[in-house]
Amino acid sequence: MNLTAKQLKDYFKEIVEMIEKEKDYLCELDRKLGDGDHGVTMSIGWQAVNEKLNNELAEEQDCAKISLTVGKTFLSAVGSSVGPLYATGFMRGAKAVKGKTEMNDNDLAEYWIAFAKGIKERGQAEVGDKTMIDTLEPFFISLEKQFAESNEFLPAFTTAVEEAKKGMESTKDIVSKKGRSSRLGERSIGAQDPGATSAYLILSTFLNFVKGQVEVR
Amino acid sequence: MKKLINDPRYVVEEMVEGYVKAHPNHIKQLPENDRALVTARETREGKVGVLIGGGSGHEPGFMGYVGDGMADGVAVGNIFASPSPDPILEVTKAIDKGAGVVYLYGNYAGDVMNFGMAAEMADLEEDIQVGTALASDDVASAPKEEKEKRRGIAGEFFIYKAAGAAADFGYNLDDVVRVAKKANENTRSMGVGLSPCSLPQTGEPSFEIGDDEMEIGLGHHGEPGIEKGPIESADKVADRLVHDILADIEINSGDKVAVLVNGLGSTPRMELYIVYRRVEQILREKGIEIYRSYVGDYITSLEMGGCSVTLMKLDEELERAIDHPVDCPMFVQK
Repeated sequence: MNLTAKQLKDYFKEIVEMIEKEKDYLCELDRKLGDGDHGVTMSIGWQAVNEKLNNELAEEQDCAKISLTVGKTFLSAVGSSVGPLYATGFMRGAKAVKGKTEMNDNDLAEYWIAFAKGIKERGQAEVGDKTMIDTLEPFFISLEKQFAESNEFLPAFTTAVEEAKKGMESTKDIVSKKGRSSRLGERSIGAQDPGATSAYLILSTFLNFVKGQVEVR
Repeated sequence: MKKLINDPRYVVEEMVEGYVKAHPNHIKQLPENDRALVTARETREGKVGVLIGGGSGHEPGFMGYVGDGMADGVAVGNIFASPSPDPILEVTKAIDKGAGVVYLYGNYAGDVMNFGMAAEMADLEEDIQVGTALASDDVASAPKEEKEKRRGIAGEFFIYKAAGAAADFGYNLDDVVRVAKKANENTRSMGVGLSPCSLPQTGEPSFEIGDDEMEIGLGHHGEPGIEKGPIESADKVADRLVHDILADIEINSGDKVAVLVNGLGSTPRMELYIVYRRVEQILREKGIEIYRSYVGDYITSLEMGGCSVTLMKLDEELERAIDHPVDCPMFVQK
């Protein structure tokens, strides 16, 4: 499969919509663990991205440039902890597809692996710390493995998103070890991590988007 | 919760605009970035620049502490969220007088990443040397053995005060960082929460607490504390806070301290002075000398109810720093 620059931008617009829909849910999850603003933060960031997509990036055909701008825009708008994390992810993804106006199976796999590994490196969290890494690490491990075996992006990505979901759900049963909620200790058990949740939503939105695009063809 | 605002999306922008307009002799906004504020007064060549910053919602923290004797510039984040590297870098460039810049902020994952990225950019792109000192004064936020995990709360005020004075004394970057770190090492805080605040964007309380309850060790963003229980008298709460602080740092009879009783936003001065009264009694009984005291709203959490107690153990150098005069829009010391 191939993903064009326009499709990449359409995907980012779907994230914008998805975040607006899930904003309250993400805030609700965050109230149990932190200051209850995760949905607001994500919304601020993606609204800023939307603005760029509609203006500066409207004619842009370079996938790397698009992803880089998305990362930088998100960072400038939110700061916070998700700012540097997602910015690093999208910037590393951009580096993996430098100069491409279309992404093939191999590019897509490399993009998402670089995205997730970049976040892991920036945040220095481990699986079990109750962060977005609980979603992203099983995701990139699975994607790397499945893609190496099959060289087909969509099935590999589908499996990887299933692993991401399991990872996200596992955060309900663990004690926070990173970020603000780590100060909660045992009291954090039972609540699903909002960062792990939004990370999963970003991945599953891509899966649904790509599936939709394939079906249309 | 009721709020006197316009559009919740623009509360930070509108606050900053009002602040800058209200204090033109103190503060100016950099044209490159609305969230980058610096002192309106010319700072000396060769003076170490002092940069503070963090999320909004803690006023007078942090923008209220830009002025003579404290910080030279501030990067303003969204509510309870670290500023991004952009305003931090712009302030760094504006306040560097050839002697480097010290970054002072609370120990939170987001701040560490954003200020860390800005420090790297300042070094690589601008060739400005940056030193960093984190505030981690909250004893309730992690056990003593995991002190590196502790968050910064009201004690940040003392760290700005000490580092701001050191920079004014003409210390070099390493020495300003050393003084800031020493101030942090010598500072301990603990708070109690009585009622939550609500974010303008969500309108929801930041945490749940009963009308007859208090939460010991509550964080500055509503992070749950170490225990929730029925509300007690001011004296009992003060006893608990001072007890836990003194269990964490050795302060002996004859030692001198600076004391800060900090309101979280909606606690009347009356209550803060009632708490201070007891803190003074306890310290006096122990033979600990209060060298200077501060009572009021120094670092708040919107309209949260409650207070914190901070003690900074002083040596000669910190005494001199704490005595140094300050002239900021939200804090003056003569």
